[in-house]
Amino acid sequence: MAELREELKEKIIEQLSLEDIEIGEIGDDDPLFGDGLGLDSIDALELIVLLEKDYGIKLKDPKEGKAIFESVGVMADYISKHRTK
Amino acid sequence: MSGKEYYISNFCTIRNGCVFKNGKLIYKDITSESLKDFSKNIYKFMELNYSKFHKMDELCKLGFLASEVVLQNEENVDEDTALVFSNRASSLDTDRKHQHTIEDREQFFPSPAIFVYTLPNIIMGEISIRNNMKSENAFFVTETFQPHFISNYSEILMNTGKASSVICGWVDLDSNKYDVFLALLSTKGIRRLTKEELSKLYNQ
Repeated sequence: MAELREELKEKIIEQLSLEDIEIGEIGDDDPLFGDGLGLDSIDALELIVLLEKDYGIKLKDPKEGKAIFESVGVMADYISKHRTK
Repeated sequence: MSGKEYYISNFCTIRNGCVFKNGKLIYKDITSESLKDFSKNIYKFMELNYSKFHKMDELCKLGFLASEVVLQNEENVDEDTALVFSNRASSLDTDRKHQHTIEDREQFFPSPAIFVYTLPNIIMGEISIRNNMKSENAFFVTETFQPHFISNYSEILMNTGKASSVICGWVDLDSNKYDVFLALLSTKGIRRLTKEELSKLYNQ
């Protein structure tokens, strides 16, 4: 699981062009939206695409993302349970 | 028209790896291998701290950087500063990137972050957000820079009270070929606004 969390941090930084942020600055439980990384609605859509493209997880309802994208830790947990690739 | 006199207060040109402010070279970078690196180096040189910059497409970055140069230490701008931009290639550079994400049916993953930039006028939205501008903006697509049209349109905006000042110009990008010229027009300055002067400064 630790490996998946690190992989996710790397992907989030690259996919969302967070050039001012290093992997070590993202805590496993840090909120991704709001006061945490300060991601916006476009970032949320980009994360939905990332789930499908890299892990074969297709969210039926984009609103599900709100809970899944709470933190890297929560995301990793969800991915490990639902991934198809 | 009220016949008021307007001036070109500041102008910025980004061309061939160089950034000019009011005709003076302020930054040169001919070693960057990509436009992305070039833009990032200008960002660092200007000591900007605006993380949203890194999410912009390359066209937006160029327009944004030129606006930062034009507005540096500038007091003649407020929320009524209008934006009147133009270019030749519209958002073609990003349109191609978007197309690339959807051309393979087996790998059909359109990127929302790319898609939102498939309109050239997004540049003006980014600049407005950054500077809290809430005024008129217009983006025209023309074969070449049209100083007569742009100066005339800008003057009308100021003469009719729709804008207190105007940032106008040309922000063009097509396959790594870029040409950027932005000018701040207001009631203050030393260069009188005429189509000939705007044309001269663009062609410097």
